[in-house]
Formats: sequence, structure tokens, C-alpha cells
Amino acid sequence: MNPAYVHGLEWTTKELFTYPNEFIYWSVQIVMYPYMTGLVAGAFVLSSLYHVFGQKDLKDMARFSLVFSLALLPVAAMPLLLHLQHPLRALHPLFTPHFTSAISAFGIVFITYGLIVFSEIWFMYRKHFVDQYRALTGSENVVDQIKRIVFLVLTLGAMDTSEESLAKDKKAVTIMAGIGIPVACFLHGYAGFIFGSVKANALWMSPLMPVIFIMSAVVSGIALCMLTYIIIMEFKKFQAILARGKGDESVHLLRGAEMDVVSKASRYLLIFLVAAISLEVLDLIFRGYTAMKSWDILRHVMYGKDFVNIFVLQYGLGNLVPFIILMLPGRTLRRVTISTVLILFGVFMMRWNVVVGGQAFSLSFSGFMHYHLPIIPHNLETFKEGLGGVLMVLVSPYLFFYIINKFTPSLRT
Amino acid sequence: MKKNIFSRRNFLKKGISAALTTALPLSAFKMLSPHEAKAAIEESNLRWAFLVDTNKCVGCGLCVKACKLENEIPYEVPVTRTWVERYVVTKDGKSHIDSPDGAREGFIKTEIQDENIDPKEISKAFFVPKLCNHCQNPACVQVCPVGATYQTSDGVVLVDRTWCFGCGYCIMACPYGARFFHPVHHTAEKCTFCYHRISKGMKPACVEACSFGARQLGNIKDPEDPVAKIILTQRVGVLKDEYGTKAHVFYLGLDERVR
Repeated sequence: MNPAYVHGLEWTTKELFTYPNEFIYWSVQIVMYPYMTGLVAGAFVLSSLYHVFGQKDLKDMARFSLVFSLALLPVAAMPLLLHLQHPLRALHPLFTPHFTSAISAFGIVFITYGLIVFSEIWFMYRKHFVDQYRALTGSENVVDQIKRIVFLVLTLGAMDTSEESLAKDKKAVTIMAGIGIPVACFLHGYAGFIFGSVKANALWMSPLMPVIFIMSAVVSGIALCMLTYIIIMEFKKFQAILARGKGDESVHLLRGAEMDVVSKASRYLLIFLVAAISLEVLDLIFRGYTAMKSWDILRHVMYGKDFVNIFVLQYGLGNLVPFIILMLPGRTLRRVTISTVLILFGVFMMRWNVVVGGQAFSLSFSGFMHYHLPIIPHNLETFKEGLGGVLMVLVSPYLFFYIINKFTPSLRT
Repeated sequence: MKKNIFSRRNFLKKGISAALTTALPLSAFKMLSPHEAKAAIEESNLRWAFLVDTNKCVGCGLCVKACKLENEIPYEVPVTRTWVERYVVTKDGKSHIDSPDGAREGFIKTEIQDENIDPKEISKAFFVPKLCNHCQNPACVQVCPVGATYQTSDGVVLVDRTWCFGCGYCIMACPYGARFFHPVHHTAEKCTFCYHRISKGMKPACVEACSFGARQLGNIKDPEDPVAKIILTQRVGVLKDEYGTKAHVFYLGLDERVR
């Protein structure tokens, strides 16, 4: 690595007057961080809707979204590690937490949340672990032997599968899911607080920020779970068609079940989408109406430089279009798929517009800064905080899910 | 039937004794509130404050150069602990502001942001040196997740390079743009009022380098201190007081256009 480089210089261009030390310090990985945490929290809330509030129509989705939430969990911390200038010191906030800082709680909240997800999944799959262990007992195959040991470890020695103890497991799942909702909301709401509490930044500072973040988190979480679910079910359907032919009964069954689940989940998606948009628009109107000192420069950024990003891509393509598609009568699987993709894109743009947009203007209110995402890396810095790092973060949850799902099958129909 | 060792009674019993055995040794330590701790080390009679007389600044940039050399901030990079801004206000009411590379070479061009301004159109023009404000209520210290940035008892805000993990939250939180990442150490970096010098009775490098007396440092708690006298008796201003940071860099001749 080049011994003397200025963090941010590579991807920032300046216009008019900015302070000499001003650069886009929080780049694309800080966009990814709330985006990924949002997906984690959203996926968890979706699964809890079934476990806690007994929304039976989400039963098939609940299992999958919980396991997917676990796969997303390590990825929520990944952007932060990629962003830190000293990633080897990442545990310092746990050693010397400075509690007046919002970030200091990250490790604690993150670990608490991780433990809740882990234990909920454990209670849910304990019977499965025991069954697998028992089924594999006696096999001579080496792979089976290893698998057996893994399952034995996963049971943690709790081999009781009587009716009574399974009922207790079920109760524990409900309790964990119940505790998990506020913790998931906290995990993400606090990401909103990190931004909302920066008084130096005119765009970020707002008490609405944490609530906006939670709402859009749930929206993106549900959308991602739906999309992944659709993709996996389509793949299964494709396999069934290959094996048994297009007209087979099982193909029709799969198709019916899939549409049913997706259709029910999209109802919840719509509710949270409306809440998220209302809050964001309220924030925007309030800023314009009160027109504080910073409004002049904010207006320049929002209605001028970032107009396409904010109003065309985020609100238009990412919110309004999928909203209309979902509201139209005669919902089809293809339409739902398109709208979930658009919603995911819209939430990403929202994070982008908050993080990068918040640094698009100088603290002097007299100049602007533009961010250029490094596409082709030429050193570690431009890889970590460029397209390469982003793709790494986006691909990882699927990799984790593939591995986790081997032990906790969440897609059985 | 075999007695269940995991009975609720047993669990509670053991739990309570475990809690007690950990809590008792811990109670030997006394937890101090920040105020108690402050009282224990007794109030300091030293509070550093900086005075900038903008009327005296000519924009030579020697202060910036001296700072970079003294504090080992690579010269060629645009980031800097202190900088000088040039304001040119034209008769049409517009402000033209610049600070090329923090003015480490001074202002050698008459163009501002590539714009040539007709001298006849200028209604007023002045220079404003900037540095960390060493606030009484520093936003950067508040947001540091690891406590790597802290305030000394004499009011100076410092960064511990061995503990900062480079999240950049302090840089985001500073309303003055005084912070940046050190190009070599890659930790948060800022003006220290040359703490290594002032704690030995010397002047900060920028104060030493200023031939016009535009920059001065003093003890605001000492009524006999020449700098404190000016701050206490004359009309001084601070930058961006709306953020509630209680800045301790005071300005003489501060224009309302200064951002």
C-alpha cells in the first residue's frame, strides 16, 4: 500500500469552495452497512410475524427468512470491517466502549441480536438435529460419521424429543422471536441514530431518521426474502419439470403454494412500504417548510445535483412503480418479482442518497463534492471501498445461506 | 426416581451464589461519575484558548507551512491541520471563497475558483485562518466509539493514534472540517495547539511562524494573560456557535460571511 495516501481523495471531486480536509470519507461501504443490517432486521421481523403474531399465512416463509437472517448477520458487520482504516482494531469498541458514541454499542447490540437468532434457530431445529444424529448412527460412511458428529455437537446434548420437550422448544421459539423484534428494530434503528445524531450534517440530523431506517429496513428485508424465495421455488419447479414433465401434479402444487405465500407476504410489504414513504416525505416537507440556514444548499443538492438519484431512481422507480404494480388487480408472480427487485433497488438508493448525499455538500454550505465509485481497483483501498468490496458483500449471504441450510433445511415443502 | 439436579430451586440457589461471588470482589472498586472524577483531580487553572486577529492576516500561508513541517503532515497532500481562507466580496453581494491546498503556499493567484475578479468590483476582501476550535463541548469526543479522542484538563482535544480504529465518525461530527485521516498513520488527525510544544512553555508552530501577530495562544483562566485580556475585554466572535460546541478559537474582526 502506498504509504502516504489521503483517504477519500481517490473518489472525491470538489466544486466551488469546500474546506481543505473535506472529502467523501464515508463511501459505498457505509451505504452497504445500513442496507445489509436492514435486510437482517427485515428478514427477522418477517419471520417473527408468524411466530409471535401468529400470522399463519407466513408459515412457509417464516422458517426460511429466519435462517436467511442468520446468513445475512455476519454480512452486516462486513462493510464496517472493509471501511475501517484499522480493521485489526475492530474489537476496540468492546474493550473500551465510549458510551456517549452511538457506534460504541454496535458490538453489544450485534452480539445480543446474534445470540437471539442463534438460539431461536436452535430451538426450532433441535428435533431435526436429534433426528439426523439418530438416523446417521450406524452408518460406516466417513462423511456420514463426520456429519453425525456435527449434528451431535449441534444438539448440545439435549436429546429429549418427547412431546413435552418439543412443546417447550416451541414456546422458546415464540419467546425468542418476541424478544428479537425490539432487538432487531434497535439494531437497525440505532444505525439510523448514528446518522440522525450527527448535528454537523444538515441532511442527516433528524429525529425521524431511526424510524425511517426501521421502516425501510423491514421493507427491504421482506422484499429480499420474497425474491430469494421465488428464485429458489422456481428452481425447484424447474427440477420437478425436468424430472416429471411439465404437466405433472407436483409442478402445479408447487406453483400454487408459491403464489399463495408470495401473495400473502406482499400484503405486509405494501403496509411497510407505505409507512416508509410517508415518513420520508414528511421529513422532506418539514425541511422545506422550516427552511433553516442549510435549506439553500440542501435544495441545491436535492432538486439539482441529486434529482435523478432521489426523485427518479429512489422515489419513482424504487417506490412508486413497485407500489403501483403491487396494487394493480391480477397480481402475477412475474409482477411481484419485478416489484421486489425495484423495491430492493429503491431502498439501496435511499441508503445511497442518505450517506453519499449527506456528503455531497460542503460544511461551509458554499461548495459541493461528488463521489465516484471506484470500479477497477488499483490498490487495496479502491478494492475495499469500490465495486469489488460491494460485490463481495452482496454475494456472501448466499454463500453463508448455502452452508447453513445444509444443517438447518429451511426450504422443505 | 433420580433427583433432578437441574431443578429450579437448585438453579436459583447456584445462580444467586454465582452472582454474589462475582459482585462482591467487584464492589471493592468504586465507580466514579465523570463529575466525581473531575473533582478528584481538582479543577485545572489552565484553559488554552486561541485568538485570531483577522485584521492582521495577510494570507502568506507561513503558518500552514510551519504546521505541516512541525507536525509531520506530508507537505504534498491537500489535508492540513490549519488553513487560511480568502474571502472576496464583490459589489453585487456575492462571496468568492477559496483556500488552495489550505494556502500552504499562500495566495499566489488572483483568480478565485478559476474566476478572474475585476478589482474595481470588489467591495471588501479578507483572510481567515482556521484550525481546530478545541471546543468546550466537542462533538468529535462525544461520538468516538473507542474513546481514542479525548479532552485534556486544560481543554485541548487530542487523538490517541495507538487506539483510533479509523471509523471516521469524529470527522463526520466536526462541524468545522478540522479533522481528516492522517495520510501515513491512517488514524483521525487534527490540530493539537502543538500540545508537545505548549506543554513545555513554547508557542505553537503557527503562532511562532506568523510575523503579523494574527495568531496567538493564551490561558483564558488567567486574567493577566495578554490573550485572555483581549478575549475578555474586546468584541470577539466564534465560528458556528449554533452547534453548541462552545468553540475556544476566538476571532477579532469576524465577518458574518465567514462559514
